[in-house]
Amino acid sequence: MKQIYVGLTGNEAVATAFKQARPHVAPAFPITPQTEMMHKFADFVADGAVDTEMILVESEHSAMSAAIGSAATGARTFTATSSAGFALMWEVVYIAASLRLPICMPVVNRALSGNINIHNDHSDAMGGRDAGWIQLWCENTQEAYDHALMCWRIAEHKDVRLPVMINYDGFIISHTSESLHILPDEDAWKFIGPKDLKTGYSLLDMDHPITVGPLDLTDYYFEHKVSQIEALKRAPKYIAEVYKEFGQLTGRHYSFFEEYRTDDADLVIVALGSTAGTAKDVIDAQREKGVKVGLLKIHMFRPFPAVELAKALSKAKVVGVMDKSASFGGWGGPLFNEIRSALYDLPARPKIHNWIYGLGGRDTDTKQIVALIEQLQAIAKGREAETVNLLGVRL
Amino acid sequence: MAVNLQTLSKHEDLLSGGHRACAGCTGSNILRQIMLTAGRDTVVGGATGCMEVVTTIFPYTAWKTPFIHSAFENCAATVSGAETAFRALKKRGELPVPREKINFIAFGGDGGTYDIGLQSLSGAMERGHNMLYVCYDNEAYMNTGIQRSGATPFGAHTSTAPAGKVKQGKDRHRKDLTKIMVAHNIPYVAQSTPFHWKDLQMKVQKALDVDGPAFINVLMPCTVGWGFDPALGMELAKMATDCNFWPLFEVENGEYKLTYKPKADRTPIVEWLKTQVRFKHLFKPGNEGLIEEIQRWVDDEQRKLLKLCGEA
Repeated sequence: MKQIYVGLTGNEAVATAFKQARPHVAPAFPITPQTEMMHKFADFVADGAVDTEMILVESEHSAMSAAIGSAATGARTFTATSSAGFALMWEVVYIAASLRLPICMPVVNRALSGNINIHNDHSDAMGGRDAGWIQLWCENTQEAYDHALMCWRIAEHKDVRLPVMINYDGFIISHTSESLHILPDEDAWKFIGPKDLKTGYSLLDMDHPITVGPLDLTDYYFEHKVSQIEALKRAPKYIAEVYKEFGQLTGRHYSFFEEYRTDDADLVIVALGSTAGTAKDVIDAQREKGVKVGLLKIHMFRPFPAVELAKALSKAKVVGVMDKSASFGGWGGPLFNEIRSALYDLPARPKIHNWIYGLGGRDTDTKQIVALIEQLQAIAKGREAETVNLLGVRL
Repeated sequence: MAVNLQTLSKHEDLLSGGHRACAGCTGSNILRQIMLTAGRDTVVGGATGCMEVVTTIFPYTAWKTPFIHSAFENCAATVSGAETAFRALKKRGELPVPREKINFIAFGGDGGTYDIGLQSLSGAMERGHNMLYVCYDNEAYMNTGIQRSGATPFGAHTSTAPAGKVKQGKDRHRKDLTKIMVAHNIPYVAQSTPFHWKDLQMKVQKALDVDGPAFINVLMPCTVGWGFDPALGMELAKMATDCNFWPLFEVENGEYKLTYKPKADRTPIVEWLKTQVRFKHLFKPGNEGLIEEIQRWVDDEQRKLLKLCGEA
């Protein structure tokens, strides 16, 4: 298939993909750095490139609430947010998943207040990691675009029917122009396809009225939660199918996580988002020097591919997990906790250490990654080290 | 449209019996009345609150029309999403069943409307969605245990602003939500009660007929929260109007109009206060001034309203 080679920011790329998905409804409320994504989408609407009805709400809480009302009718629906906006809608983020509504939402990752900070870290999305959404993470503009196309197929699959959150780093991805391949509109539409309005329930099926969001007490609530747990368990199968089909179509092959030069790696860094790109550069340079280091970059954080990750990391001697968010009072960051738990049942576990880094957009340069690798090397040689460490902070 | 009992009696009752509302609840009566006029082609949204809780305990529902609840403070936003989706699906010819028009009605109690849901309501009204928002105003957070709200009247005893040895219930008058809605310059705003069924039905019909948002504030006497004999709910709604505590009026495109003219020698507020346990402490010696203050406030508000209605 012939693709178009363009230069776009992450926000522009995602807006383009969403235009190609022809959503029915898009509630929107501005928050930096998500803003530009909705500006671009509003331009598409204003120019008639897509006939989506936008609802310009008065808060993120109302954005997600309106998305719930819309998606309950069967309409293809998205919104987008960041940071405090995500925190404000938190209550209804859970409700969207509980009602099994296939809403898609970019979370353009930004630090949570306070103090107020507009730059990138992952504290926003990590706060919602247990909300029942599928969480996909992107390294660059190309991946953000691709996932913004694929998310509809995943969310709306009749055996999944869950909302999908696409995470990409604020400013680093959202506002940086990169060259990428996009699909022509008609090919994107062929891949995504129209929303299936025949399967499932609609609030607007006046001939078959339904009650959505009832009071659910001790006798049924638990079973309904289990149905959500089961839906998330089923999701990886369909995510893998969509990844496969997309790979065949575009030549860009995704999996739950990407393994970069890990085949013979003694040392493996695990990361989410744009840091993976920086890490790959450093790894290439270190490999030149003979350091056996690789990277495992996670795309699918929810549902968490614990078994597959444990297998992938089983041959490493030392694993360094990078967390761009702090779990205050916890034993390491959220990604670290999940990975460490996943490795527990291995007959021979690698050593595993955590580095909290980049909070509030603190730049994560190659020197920091080099320093991290040096520490991994020292640990591999038997040096004692803290389980939870900090990277790039003045102490 | 002429509203009469003969016609209404032939309309379908769209709220089933068997829901869990308290004996003597006037709220379920308000819902039934409104649905008689709205009819089957109506999507209903409910804010968390008494009426949502009593009508939708899974696996049961009292609603014969589509119904959606998501949370407490977001009923207007939720319904605005459904209403927008209706337009979007209709535009593309993708509605599940073809309909030229569907009514969208959001219900919220005073807590969900005057207080926690005010922002979401204001936003939805400003955006001009084709929806009717109905506040069933029972003047406190009844569902959670009779806590004070922005609608609670001066002097009323509630569980969070109780009458005690040094305090005498709520120390502020209620906010005027109806006027706040008028200030949104929406095509239709009104106040009514379930006792004045003809008035209420007319207003619902007008509200559903306008192109754009409409708001109706309906007083809902609450036997539990106000403390009165469950048989007396309708009587208390009538009295609230007769003593000018809850005047009936409508505002069409900014024009105020009284829809019920109380007698010149209106019932003194004290007669209404006497009927409810929540005001009992006002009758203790030394509290006479509080009742006078309520009467002063009612008279003031009525004077302002009459002026707005061109009746002064």
